[in-house]
Amino acid sequence: MSDTPTAALSSGNAPKFSKVSEAVIRIAGNSQDGIQAIGGFLARLAGRSEQEVMTFMTIPSTISGGPSIFQVRIGSGEVLSAGDEADVLLAFYQHSYEGHIASLKKNGIVLYDADHVEPKPEWKDTYHHVGIKISSLTIEAIGGTAKDKGKNIFALGLIARMFDLNLQKLEKLIQERFGGKDESVVKNALLAFHAGYGYSLGNVVETFKFMDSQKRDRHQVVMNGNEALAYGLIAAGVRFGAGYPITPWSDIMELLRRELPKYGGTFIQCEDEIASVSMAIGASYAGRVAVTGSSGPGIALKAEAAGWAGMAEVPIVIIDIQRGGPSTGMPTNVEQSDLNIAVFGGHGDSPRVVLAPANVEDCFYMAIEAVNIARKYNTPVYILSDQAIATRIEAFPEPDLEKVCQDITPDLTPVAEHKPYDLSTADGTVQRVVPGTRILNGKYPIATGLEHDEMGHPTGSPKLHLQMTAKRRKKFQTLAATLPTPKIYGPSEGNVLLVGWGSTEGPIREAVDRARAAGDSISSIHIRSISPLPPGLENIFSGFNHVFVVEINDEGIYSQGGQLAALLRSRYCNPAIRGINKTDGLTWKVKEILAAVKTKIEAIKNESVNA
Amino acid sequence: MSSSTTEIPTPGNIVAAPATTERKGLTKKEIAADHPTWCPGCGDFSVLALYFKLIEKRKLWHEKITTIAGIGCSSRFPYFVQAHGAHYIHGRALPFATGVSLSRPDLHVFVFGGDGDAFSIGGNHFNHTARKNVKLTYVVMDNWVYGLTKKQTSPTSPLGFKSKTDQWGAIDYPINPMKQALAAGATFVARTTHSNPNHVLAMMEAAMDHDGFSFIECLSECVEFYEGAFDASNPRKGGVFKEVPKDHDVTDEMAAYKLANDPFPGYFGVFYKNPKPTKNAKEAEIIRANQEKVKGLKDWQILQKTFDRLK
Repeated sequence: MSDTPTAALSSGNAPKFSKVSEAVIRIAGNSQDGIQAIGGFLARLAGRSEQEVMTFMTIPSTISGGPSIFQVRIGSGEVLSAGDEADVLLAFYQHSYEGHIASLKKNGIVLYDADHVEPKPEWKDTYHHVGIKISSLTIEAIGGTAKDKGKNIFALGLIARMFDLNLQKLEKLIQERFGGKDESVVKNALLAFHAGYGYSLGNVVETFKFMDSQKRDRHQVVMNGNEALAYGLIAAGVRFGAGYPITPWSDIMELLRRELPKYGGTFIQCEDEIASVSMAIGASYAGRVAVTGSSGPGIALKAEAAGWAGMAEVPIVIIDIQRGGPSTGMPTNVEQSDLNIAVFGGHGDSPRVVLAPANVEDCFYMAIEAVNIARKYNTPVYILSDQAIATRIEAFPEPDLEKVCQDITPDLTPVAEHKPYDLSTADGTVQRVVPGTRILNGKYPIATGLEHDEMGHPTGSPKLHLQMTAKRRKKFQTLAATLPTPKIYGPSEGNVLLVGWGSTEGPIREAVDRARAAGDSISSIHIRSISPLPPGLENIFSGFNHVFVVEINDEGIYSQGGQLAALLRSRYCNPAIRGINKTDGLTWKVKEILAAVKTKIEAIKNESVNA
Repeated sequence: MSSSTTEIPTPGNIVAAPATTERKGLTKKEIAADHPTWCPGCGDFSVLALYFKLIEKRKLWHEKITTIAGIGCSSRFPYFVQAHGAHYIHGRALPFATGVSLSRPDLHVFVFGGDGDAFSIGGNHFNHTARKNVKLTYVVMDNWVYGLTKKQTSPTSPLGFKSKTDQWGAIDYPINPMKQALAAGATFVARTTHSNPNHVLAMMEAAMDHDGFSFIECLSECVEFYEGAFDASNPRKGGVFKEVPKDHDVTDEMAAYKLANDPFPGYFGVFYKNPKPTKNAKEAEIIRANQEKVKGLKDWQILQKTFDRLK
């Protein structure tokens, strides 16, 4: 907890609050205990209280049950990551206590369920232990045969008291969440909550109060990355999607299946990944840009069809929620190792657009961007999200929906003539004419995967293959020129530049803040468009002695860096570009990045000494 | 489906442009595009000619039909038809066509392909498109051999057929397309042969009029790599063209299965026709029910309501 003034263990009856600017709370239990619900309540409350929030969770890939954690970081200022270390650990079981005590700061507070946890004497000096019989107090509060169901809400009450959270807002959230079910459910939830809130913590543990946060112009909305992507697609005007279940992509297809019919659209669960991408491409061909998506293994299966969309110049948005790979890998962990398949995973010369959202808010807007790029350039667009963004909850300013929502219904007004693969346009793009449109000269287009002439009819002409390949390439060059150069976080010259993409933006920035505060010369940039790359990177790189590409993937066969590092090295032929990599299936901690930077610089020094 | 539809209810209300003037039906010249690349004497010519005839006879417009195919000799079909069309990847024409059918109920969706496309690489899509009862017509031009790649064994090649991949004769039991279609839950299952043009046209018409997934197996001889394969079904070559008995009940699945069990050359005609609600109709009903709840709201207002709950 930052900015804690003098410890204020209360001696009197009235609780005294220490003012804090932020707090990291880790809740550890089993996946069926509803600990994600506590985290969700806290995140939503922070959103309604104009605070910043970020969450982090792990879930077991077992079918039911298993250890699970939910970490939430709430702050009055900017929150960039879910936090390296927890200020408070709430442990439901012995395994939660033993497994997660190391994530707690020294002198941090561990609240444990005294019904299940036997504290270790050797840890008592390092951490502030507070035992509460959470299970039996919950049973007592709710009564009847409830067993310990509701202990998550009791724990929420404890946390609410400890951080002096807004009681009315939380009660309202509980009512919203459980309302609509049996009345007794809301009643029991509130009973458990009040029992936790009323528990006399004041005598045993310090209590805190968040400092006031800045007033915001707009309300905040609170959601995870998968939700933001899905709602972004709806705002973009997408009305058709097709998919096959795979973790962690499935949430998106479930959400779209539920929501799209309200907008006159639909989402189809298919027999397999190939059918999904094919059905979405078929729908795109017939009208509005459609969406499909998957995670690693499924993306590999969609590769041939994506190649067709590139050749036939039919737009399609393909979402990849990356997870630990290769193969089935680590389905519920994060990794950024699908960059290569997204950028290079096509047969033949088949460039495609690859975008990567930097945070939850970015997911929403990037979905709209992806649809519009696909429409304009008639190409597959990949969105490379990952398990970390997919499952983490953030609060962000509510989008102006009236302004951002768009209608992409195709115009079926008859046209005089149409060449789907017109070679005469300067930028290689052609406005598509979809089935149902009458073409008055009586010449109709064929969308095809064979090399073709301007009408889409097959050709073996060497000249046409040359011209068409160049036309398809030109579109990407046109797009590249329109992309904004990434903004540098920190000074534009210095010793170290950290380069990131996707979900790592927060921890990288926090690492820059921390290192600069300690006097280091370090800046960062974040790349949102992986393919094509934005202009101006060369200039940025030239301002730094070291360019370290921070990724959650392997350093590669030649140990020159991960997948983005390799792409940048080959693009810019700059040997200062090197990788900072890890493959533990978890998001970067700020201290890990800082340690890696140090090690890397040391190693480079030794290299030059030895050389 | 009426071709004068001006407003399509689902999904997404893509509104067809209203017809400006009364139009005459298309002539064969207006429907024909590239000259087919098939070998002289190929059975596929007859299927193409009858598709043209269907368009002429039923007064379909260029823009109201979409012709879709996968990969194979027969799958070159869309290039020869002057209409919107797509030549998609091997084996996946059905899911592609499903995307078209579900999002554009104003279009007639026709899919053409061969036995390799339908029953080998695309086998699973065949089963699922059939069971979902997606509204489209699928004509499989079955020649019992891979022709485009020059004589390899196909999933319908009979035992003993000598190909470049079975030099000693095929040893794998062939697929029976009619049984496959029936077992998968297709709601319209018919069989015809290229050598009987009137029959092909009749089957196509019946298939097009069926509201649901309509499947036709059309024997189509490959004169290059499997000459004479279907002579036994062609009276001009001394064979027998045996029509489905007049008293056959097309709603009787077991009876259809028995017809399908008849050894080659077997029966020709409609084996099974049993209309059930289509996937198109079921999706449309889900959309209708959901839209009822947000009646009068613009799309952004519907999303706003959702976001209000996420605060």
